[in-house]
Amino acid sequence: MIPIGSSPSQPMMAVTPATRVLAIETSCDETAAAVVEGGRWVVSSVVATQFERHERFGGVVPEIASRAHLELINDVVADALRDANLRLRDIGVIAATQGPGLAGALLVGVSAAKALALATSRPYHGVHHHEAHLYAAMLADPTLEPPFVTLIVSGGHTLLVAMDDHGRYRVLGRTVDDAAGEAYDKVARLLGLGYPGGPILDQLAGTGNPEAIRFTRPMLDPREPDNLDFSFSGLKTAVVLHRRKHPDQPIADVAAAFQDCVVDVLTTKLLRAARRERLGTIVLGGGVAANSALRARVVAEAERASLRCVVPDRSLCTDNAAMVGAAAWHRLRFEPPTGLAGGAVPNLALPGTT
Amino acid sequence: MRIRTHSVEETRAVAGELAAVLVSGDVVVLSGDLGGGKTAFVQGACAALGVTEPVTSPTFAIVQEYRGRIAIAHVDVYRLDTLQELHDLGFDELVDDDRITFVEWGDRVIAALPSEHIEVAIGLPPGDDVAESERILTISVHGRDWSVRSRRIATVLAHHLHPEAAERDLA
Repeated sequence: MIPIGSSPSQPMMAVTPATRVLAIETSCDETAAAVVEGGRWVVSSVVATQFERHERFGGVVPEIASRAHLELINDVVADALRDANLRLRDIGVIAATQGPGLAGALLVGVSAAKALALATSRPYHGVHHHEAHLYAAMLADPTLEPPFVTLIVSGGHTLLVAMDDHGRYRVLGRTVDDAAGEAYDKVARLLGLGYPGGPILDQLAGTGNPEAIRFTRPMLDPREPDNLDFSFSGLKTAVVLHRRKHPDQPIADVAAAFQDCVVDVLTTKLLRAARRERLGTIVLGGGVAANSALRARVVAEAERASLRCVVPDRSLCTDNAAMVGAAAWHRLRFEPPTGLAGGAVPNLALPGTT
Repeated sequence: MRIRTHSVEETRAVAGELAAVLVSGDVVVLSGDLGGGKTAFVQGACAALGVTEPVTSPTFAIVQEYRGRIAIAHVDVYRLDTLQELHDLGFDELVDDDRITFVEWGDRVIAALPSEHIEVAIGLPPGDDVAESERILTISVHGRDWSVRSRRIATVLAHHLHPEAAERDLA
């Protein structure tokens, strides 16, 4: 047995198309577990969301998040095994998201996975949350292979990643201030909408006129045609000032114009990244990829530019454990498992980036 | 002390000049409206303190740590509801003599913060015809040590003030 806390080098393990990964994801406000076979086949995937608990706070509350993860984790893992009609002995690897994310929340998933690994003498492997989002698209479309460019866009992250090969990534651009999902949540709060702000704002925007207001597109300066970074902080101010000047304008119009602006910037940069890197496939991932306007726009623009476009089901865009299982399986083909010494790393950098 | 800035660059520059006064152990509270520019202010201060990596909004992560010439913790309590949550996050250990701690929305958890601190309130000027990049920064000091150091702040930031205002603040 490997003592916890040491960091011995782990032996490589033989992963095969029959290898089943039991994966756990608790980096933010979803408690999720899944069984994935051969890195591509989702045998089961269970997601318990905590958003009702967070509603009155208008956002994810870390302490509540960790406590809720603790309350849910055992049932969620048991459900994933039951749905898969499998027992622990049928599992080859136990994986969990090890970062980035909220420290207390990550710790629940990592500890549960390590406990299961220890109890079953199976290897434990820690997965990077963004790498998992990259693999979500490969679950959505089994024929998808790198290279491609992915826009990962959520409450905590907004980044463009070129996946050159399995385990080889380049971060092409990222937000210099707020994540797109954070902008959604904060503007939803400014407009007096409930939680979760993103979906409510998305719905409201559908009833408004996006052309009623034209918010300046941040980081789309024609003088910087290669810029792939994002900035959404200034949009909050633009919304505040617009509300001051035009207090009678329907908030549906404000929501629609705000959404139009965000979607415009995200889509333009995703297409720009594909063009610059000469990549023929674009992919969406992360919680904001569940946004209906963004999905529609990316699909339309990809068609216009003759690019292949993979927009996973909403259930694979938002946080889930199936993508963690897929990422773990692929990485274990060329890397030994993390082992029990691997902890939760809230500010973990994406491995394999150059 | 009140300073009006006209661009986010100017807001960052003020932050950078204020950072020259900061030493390890200091706590800087950022308060003010949503979209006011709290993160931009911390970006300016971090750049002046030698942080080279990108400084982004800590709203999601709650705590982000940076290393410039001094260690820096960038905290955002926007999503927290109770002081207990702040303690659970290990905030008490974060604030120590080894680093400068910036706390966005810190006015909401003032009871959990050291009584010695400096507060920068950032707001949009009043009125419905305000330029998007204009801000009013209100800097106030709390605690005995800081009231001694406030003269230094007034000196480094004096050129941002109208002459009469500078005189009044220094008096």
